[in-house]
Amino acid sequence: MKREKKPVINRALPGNESLLRQLWNDPMGRAGMIGVGLVILLAVFAPWIARFEVGKMNSKARFAAPNATFWFGTDNFGRDIFSRIVYGARVSIIVGVVAVSIAAGFGYLFGLIAGFFEGKAESVIMMVMDIIFAFPHILLALFIVAVLGKSIVNTMIAIGIVNIPVFTRTVRASVKTVKSTDYIANARSIGLKKMAILFRHVTPNILAPFTVQATLALSGAILTEASMSFLGLGIQPPDPSWGSMLSDARKYMEQAPWMAIFPAVFIIVTILSFNILGDALRDVLDPKLKL
Amino acid sequence: MSEQKRDILLDVRHLQVYFPIKSGLFKKVVGHVHAVEDVSFTVARREVFALVGESGCGKSTTGSAILRLIEPTGGEVYFDGENLSALNEEQLRLKRRDMQFIFQNPYASLNPRMNVWQLLSEPLKVHFTLSPEELKNRVEEMLARIGMTPDQLWRYPHQFSGGQKQRISIARALITHPSFVVADEPVSALDVSIQAQILNLMMELQQEMELSLVFISHDLNVVRHISNRVGVMYLGSLMETGNTEEVYRHPAHPYTQALLSAVPSHDPANKSKHIVLEGDVPNPASPPTGCPFHTRCAYCTEECRQAKPQLREIAPDHYAACHHMIKGD
Amino acid sequence: MNNLLEIRNLRITTLRGKSKVLLLDKVDLDIPHKCSFGIVGESGCGKSITANAIMNMLPYPLSISDGDIRYDSRNGEVELLKLDKKAIRAIRGQEISMIFQEPMTSLDPIFTVEMQMYEALAFHHPAMTRQEMRDRALEMLHRVNIPRPEQTLASYPHQLSGGQLQRIMIAIALINDPRLLLADEPTTALDVTIQAQILRLMNDLKEQNDTSIVMITHDLGVIAETCEEVAVFYAGQIVEQANVMELFHHTAHPYTLGLLQAVTSLGGESRMLYTIPGIVPPGGQWSQGCRFADRCARCTERCREAMPALTEISPGHKCRCFLNSEEVEA
Repeated sequence: MKREKKPVINRALPGNESLLRQLWNDPMGRAGMIGVGLVILLAVFAPWIARFEVGKMNSKARFAAPNATFWFGTDNFGRDIFSRIVYGARVSIIVGVVAVSIAAGFGYLFGLIAGFFEGKAESVIMMVMDIIFAFPHILLALFIVAVLGKSIVNTMIAIGIVNIPVFTRTVRASVKTVKSTDYIANARSIGLKKMAILFRHVTPNILAPFTVQATLALSGAILTEASMSFLGLGIQPPDPSWGSMLSDARKYMEQAPWMAIFPAVFIIVTILSFNILGDALRDVLDPKLKL
Repeated sequence: MSEQKRDILLDVRHLQVYFPIKSGLFKKVVGHVHAVEDVSFTVARREVFALVGESGCGKSTTGSAILRLIEPTGGEVYFDGENLSALNEEQLRLKRRDMQFIFQNPYASLNPRMNVWQLLSEPLKVHFTLSPEELKNRVEEMLARIGMTPDQLWRYPHQFSGGQKQRISIARALITHPSFVVADEPVSALDVSIQAQILNLMMELQQEMELSLVFISHDLNVVRHISNRVGVMYLGSLMETGNTEEVYRHPAHPYTQALLSAVPSHDPANKSKHIVLEGDVPNPASPPTGCPFHTRCAYCTEECRQAKPQLREIAPDHYAACHHMIKGD
Repeated sequence: MNNLLEIRNLRITTLRGKSKVLLLDKVDLDIPHKCSFGIVGESGCGKSITANAIMNMLPYPLSISDGDIRYDSRNGEVELLKLDKKAIRAIRGQEISMIFQEPMTSLDPIFTVEMQMYEALAFHHPAMTRQEMRDRALEMLHRVNIPRPEQTLASYPHQLSGGQLQRIMIAIALINDPRLLLADEPTTALDVTIQAQILRLMNDLKEQNDTSIVMITHDLGVIAETCEEVAVFYAGQIVEQANVMELFHHTAHPYTLGLLQAVTSLGGESRMLYTIPGIVPPGGQWSQGCRFADRCARCTERCREAMPALTEISPGHKCRCFLNSEEVEA
């Protein structure tokens, strides 16, 4: 019989519908998924979507307004803005994903230790986190890059470190809530080992806030990268980045407003999509809202 | 039944649980909540011992402290002759196979992200090494015992009603065939018509599996029905204990008398004559000196304010902690 | 109007997804003057939403889809469901007030008892001076037997016990001399000894005032102790209604009988308790026949096909069961 196969243990949530289907059925979730999906498609298929080589300059076509050849116009070096935006998506997504992975990994570990074992470890961890938290995000990231040196890898590390405290706090708070529930007391009364409680009972129940936090942090990380690049300490030329494109556009605002408009629109839409997706995820992942 | 003839499984001696009250920036301990104060009782094999009392009297804390789900701050608990207080964490964990806990609120005590199969197989996996075949048989056997069908195995807690959830928690507690179970208000979160179903199931299982049960409840009717022996708690202390029928028929302690009289009658022609207690239960962070009940007791004398009465036998298997009852008789 | 409150043909629906689900189905109820009226039933039977409908306080997505509620106010008869927001606010607290199950969460934690009592007074009596309000508040606290009323006035809710808070809730509910008090499980969250205090208090207050009390509860013991007239709700309908003596001693409906047996078999001879099998069918899963049919030991083919009507089987005793009357619900 079909029913008798081994049950799927690591399913993310109860219920019969998959997470993606539930998200798709929610209008906001669908909007977020489409937005995020498009940006990811741009990033993955950048070489096929881009119409010109990304660094290719064309002195004859400087400051060209959007037209049939250059859909989004060209910049001060005559580079195709559309192609640069497509490759910029790649940079944004890579930086975002790597930085958030760093932040989420360390944040999860620290949060779990602080929330589950409490005591001295918690005091120390939270003290360090508070100190990191006390700095303005962008300032701290700039400082780290200034120390480590300007490069795409260091940008990712910097953004990652800056985001560790948010994850630590989210995980710690969720672990504490879950830890005080009856089902954790129940697991103890059954005679489960600490580690089993931690990984089989606590972790699946903090996955929801964790996933939501990760989605929201992605938008934050992309925005931080854009800001850093805008200030010249993020992604270095000639690599295209939405932030540095905006920065370059500053000088030519009146002459070539499209240089600023298109990167800005893409930053806004991307951030918005991730945020909407994060909110929709929060609703879908809450088991209490389902019946 | 006299004390000598009873086959004692659980022996609680002078159990004490204090919770620190922390205050200020440096979490300094400024006082203690006296949740359980010098509680002693025994539970024999195949016996249902009920702990009854009002909210905040320490009955639930006592139940958790017996199994060391909350660490007691004093006293000892002997389980089958073994001192549980002396066990280390790993020894205690293995011991949990024989002593389990049923929680009050089935809505909260089942992990929402585990299905019935996971919930029921987990205790077996922890304590036994079983082949997949044996595991499946034991789970399905237990499932049938609580009146559920194998097609419900893959469902999650939120897909069940309150009564079914409590059946699942009972199954989870009993699947390792423990000899002793603490049930903390197992039916008080349920509707009246469902309560009776769950109580019947628990009584059947208790008989079949020859369980010793500590049944914690505030519902005096339920306690009278389900238990052989009872302990009445007030403000962390045991006020009266003994054979259930004896205590209900001849309550000796003024508190027990008031408690029993407060139960609404189910006959409008014959309304209960309440002994209405004035005032409220004192704060357990600063319990009164002497008898814990003296602030609300109609028979209170100077002696009650000074000295705390001890439990004394006033009839065969009937003990009460009151200065006056002991003198009166 | 002969009665204080008359509910006719009340239907309440909720939204589940995009479809409307019936929660309360054609309920008729008369609450006489100076009466303590009990509404008893299990969770989800519609007893609390009936009270909320009277106050016009149904939370979204619940709504009243049909019916009317007439109330005999001091200023003449009013249709509660047709009043505008301002008029219903004048009724609430002044004419009809309500107490809830959880005294702990029904008072605002950031205000003193004094402030919350004055607020209730000031809304209906804007001309009252502070001293008058204080006198009135103290008088009410005396009436609900609060020890040390002056000290209690200055306290915050967290400084008081559950029993004291429920007394204060009652004091606030009665501060404007309402003529109808809706008590939604007022003692469920309290201990038995405190419950006995509160029930005695409510009985006394009813004797002293012209107030009718609607006691909503799942506990037949509370009904037996406090009520004169009782309606039993099941799955959004009234299944039996009678004088309390009649209901307990000449029980007609199998559901009422089951509820009574479930509690009285506690302490009975048999070790096994009487049970009603199954669960209350939730709204949206009601059959066309008798809604209790699936759980009833005396269910016949007819019960599954047609719904019995609520008919008078003896003077003042109504029951919805084919065992007592052949009448079918229209």
